[in-house]
Formats: sequence, structure tokens, C-alpha cells
Amino acid sequence: MKRVLPGFGLSLGFTLVYLSLLILLPLSGLAFKASSLTFEQFWSVATGERALAAYRVTFGASLVAALINAFFGLVVAWVLVRYPFPGKRLVDSLVDLPFALPTAVAGITLATLYAGNGWIGRFLEPLGLQIAFTPLGIVVALTFIGLPFVVRTLQPVIEDIEPEVEEAAATLGASRLQTFWRVLLPGIFPALLTGFTLAFSRAVGEYGSVIFIAGNMPLISEITPLLIISKLEQYDVVGATALASVMLAISFVLLLAVNGLQWWAANRHHGKERVSL
Amino acid sequence: MSGTIVRRANAEPRWLRVTLTVLGLGFLFFFLALPLVAVFAEAFAGGWGAYREALSHPEALSAIGLTIFIAVVVLPFNIAVGVAAAWAIAKFDFRGKSLLITLIDLPFAVSPVVVGLVFLLIFGAQGVFGPWLAEHDIKIVFALPGMIIVTLFITFPFVARELIPLMQAQGKDEEEAAVSLGASGWQMFFRVTLPNIKWGLLYGVILANARAMGEFGAVSVVSGHIRGETNTLPLYVEIIYNEYNAVGAFAAASVLALLALVTLVAKTLVEWKMRQETEMLDTALPPEKTE
Repeated sequence: MKRVLPGFGLSLGFTLVYLSLLILLPLSGLAFKASSLTFEQFWSVATGERALAAYRVTFGASLVAALINAFFGLVVAWVLVRYPFPGKRLVDSLVDLPFALPTAVAGITLATLYAGNGWIGRFLEPLGLQIAFTPLGIVVALTFIGLPFVVRTLQPVIEDIEPEVEEAAATLGASRLQTFWRVLLPGIFPALLTGFTLAFSRAVGEYGSVIFIAGNMPLISEITPLLIISKLEQYDVVGATALASVMLAISFVLLLAVNGLQWWAANRHHGKERVSL
Repeated sequence: MSGTIVRRANAEPRWLRVTLTVLGLGFLFFFLALPLVAVFAEAFAGGWGAYREALSHPEALSAIGLTIFIAVVVLPFNIAVGVAAAWAIAKFDFRGKSLLITLIDLPFAVSPVVVGLVFLLIFGAQGVFGPWLAEHDIKIVFALPGMIIVTLFITFPFVARELIPLMQAQGKDEEEAAVSLGASGWQMFFRVTLPNIKWGLLYGVILANARAMGEFGAVSVVSGHIRGETNTLPLYVEIIYNEYNAVGAFAAASVLALLALVTLVAKTLVEWKMRQETEMLDTALPPEKTE
């Protein structure tokens, strides 16, 4: 079939050249550099004590933050879609703040709020709860960063729920809790899982908002991106490369997971909504 | 009687609605509203005079200038490649299309620190092109070109992923009509396509701009932190915050927070405009025949 519209070769060619030069070649440069290390070099850095501790902090805090976001994100999305309240549109717009606010600003602000003399810290510290400069601070920063993902993935799905489904469940004698648990939650679960994975994947690579509030103690509150930076500052390019290639591999896996989940969610709901990192 | 039953079937009991609303809004208050207010409260903690003095510092001014400069350089590239990618993906069928869509998302998935490192490995002193660049006296990392390149990397997906679903939904009938009536490719683009996608394009540009001006990790790795020279506003915030100059740091941060607020307002307006146009289109078209 002859193509009627012009510009296919030009637009696709330009996109592929741009994508290759700016993204694909540089990233494969990292893989190439990593493959020039001996296995012992790579392994001793990638599984060193400090690296393992950094993975634990990074993935542990990201997991907790993504779980917090999954729960509160579901509540926020539900409230925003279903319940009327004054100032709703303002609140709805504000949800995107973490996407718009530079991470460094989020970092210094959260560190100030949760420090011992900060607006929030001064109430928590007497309770023996120290947040700033501990791993808990990392969780707070990552929760902020990941907040919009679950809300924005869930909103269109909750809007699309047909009222008949809930009515049918109620007619058949289900309580509201049963309806939610057995009818509504299975329907929105793929979207919830997608939002969770997006928030998790964003949190794993996050740097700017974390370093100000984390305290950055090696083995305790040092995240992997920061460890890469400190290797670089010590001119340890080999170490930085090894850690970065581990992070890059994990990013690929998470990207594929998100794609798979979105495909699953879309095929269940025929929705076209996609939320980006 | 039956009315109350139906209403109950679709709604939680009152106590639960109130609990959920308080829980959700309370979460947003502590995690969004309070930080936003805190930025400005800290910035003005020393009064208006200290705020103005902090922002009129030559290093602060040069950081603002550099941040704007980088965004102005980067955005046209984002627009060009975003429109090209969306045109190819939305209007044509070809093998490997879904792979291409996934690859466009790639910059979102990679940690900013890794992005910075990648370009350090290519253009740095020990990098692939390092010796050649040194020989010809070209500086890319620890200089402006490197900062522009990483920002291009980081902001690559924004425009394309706004436009792809929009252009897919619009189909290709209008463009095909223009071409069959004798329009050239560029006439078709500027008279038909561009007016159709202008709000979506603007939306993508707003998001890309916010990220370009706010990027921290990737730019930090390749900037070299040369004061007054390679400091963008976010990097400047870090430096003076670490010098315990809280008012200075939050004054600079308040400029970025203002940028975030402008971004949110612009985004909301564009969303509203897009919804309005779809609704206008829906009412302008005659109802579909059901046969």
C-alpha cells in the first residue's frame, strides 16, 4: 500500500539518529566500559560491604516509600474522584508538585521540616522519633518524590468504574467492604501495581532530594547513587562504573516491568492512559 | 425507600467518607502543602531585605541566567525530536514500533547520577574522546556543553510522550485530506497538524522546561561546580545550603518553587483548554448513526 502522508522517512530517521546518538550509544558506552573490567574488579566493587549496604538502604527505603504511596495514593485518588469537597481542583493540581519542584528544593525543605528544630521534627523528636539524618529521612524524601505516580495512574481507572458493577454487588447482598475487596480492588489492582512500580523505580535512582535529609553515613544511610558520586570524587572510575552498570541493569528490568504491567492493565480496561516517570 | 438503597450501594457510610477524606487530605497537607509553605517561610525568615540581598548576589544572578540559558537551548531540540517521533509513531505502522516507544521512556528510568557518569566516561579526561578533545582544546564535561547534553538526555521523553497518544487519537484523516487537496508536506504540517497538537505540544514543553531548569543529579556530576560559571540554580542552592546560609539557599529555592507553581498553573490551564477543545469537537460533530 502506498503511504499517502509524507515525512515517514524523515521523521523516523531523525528520531532514530537522535535517539542513538544521545541515548543508546552513550548507555552502551557504559556497558562497554564495564565489560573492560575484569570479573574480580567488577565483583569486588559490586558486592563490597559498602555497596551491599547501599543497595539495602536504596531498595529498602524505596520499597517502604512505594508502599506508603500505594496506600495513601489509593486513598487520595479515591477521595479526589468520588467525594466532593471545597478546593478540590486546587488539591488535584497540587498533586503534581513533586514533578514540578526541583529535587534539590524538596531535599533542603524536607531536611529543614524534619530536623529537630523544624516544624514537624520538633513534635516528633520528643517522642523519640528522629527522622532527618536517618534512614527514615530517606523514606520521607522518596515518599514525596513518588507521590504523584500512584494517584495519577489510579484516577482515570477509578473514574472508569461502571456504577452497575457496584450496584450488582450490593444487590447480591455484598457489604461495602466486600464490594471493595472482591469487586473494585481486583479491577484497579493492575493500575495500583503500575503506580507502585513507577514510584519504586523513580525512588531507586533518586539523588537530589535524598542527600540533604539522609545524613549520608556509609553503611547506614548512604544510597547507591551517592556511593557512585563519592567513588567519582575519589577518582575511582572503575568503582563508579561497576556500581552504575548494576543500577542501569536494574533500571532496564524495572522499565520492562512497568511496560508489562501497563500492557496488562490496558488489556483489561482498554484504557490508553499512561503515566510517566 | 429504594432510592436510599441505591445511594448506599455506591457510597461508603458517612463516617468512612469523612475518615478517608481526612486521611487523604492530611497526607497531602504534610507531604505537599507544608513543604511548599516552608520554602517561602524560610526564604523570608530574614525579612524582605535579606531576601532581596540574597537574590541579587552576583553568583545567584549568574546561576539564574545559566539555568534559563540551558532551558532555552534544550527546548527546541525537545520540540523537534518530540514532534518527529510522534509523527512517525502515531501516523505510520512499522516494525519495532513498541520497542521504539519503550526506548523513548528510557531516560525516565535511568538514575540521573548514572546519566552524568555515562557522559563523564565518554567526554572526560580518561574517556573515549577525552584525549582527542584535550588535543583540540575543547571542553565538554565540567563545562556548559556537558550540562546541555545531560539535560537533553534527561528531558528527551516529555514532548514525545505527550504527543504520541494525542496524535494517535486524532487519526490521520485531516492530514490525508490536506495532502489530497494538494498541500505540500510542510503546508500540511503548519496548517493542519500543528494547530491540532498545539496544546499538547505546549503541555510537553512545560513539563520538559520544569525538568530542564530543576535537574540536579545529572548536571551536578558533569558541571564541576565552578562558582559563577557552571552553577545552575539547583546547584547553587546546594552549595550555599552546605555553607549554612539558610536564607540564601531558601531564597534561591523560592525562585525554583515559584517556577514549580507557574508550571502547575500553566499545566492546569492547558489541560482545561484541551478538555474544552475536545468537548467543542464533540458537540460540533453530528451524532453518530447507530445503524
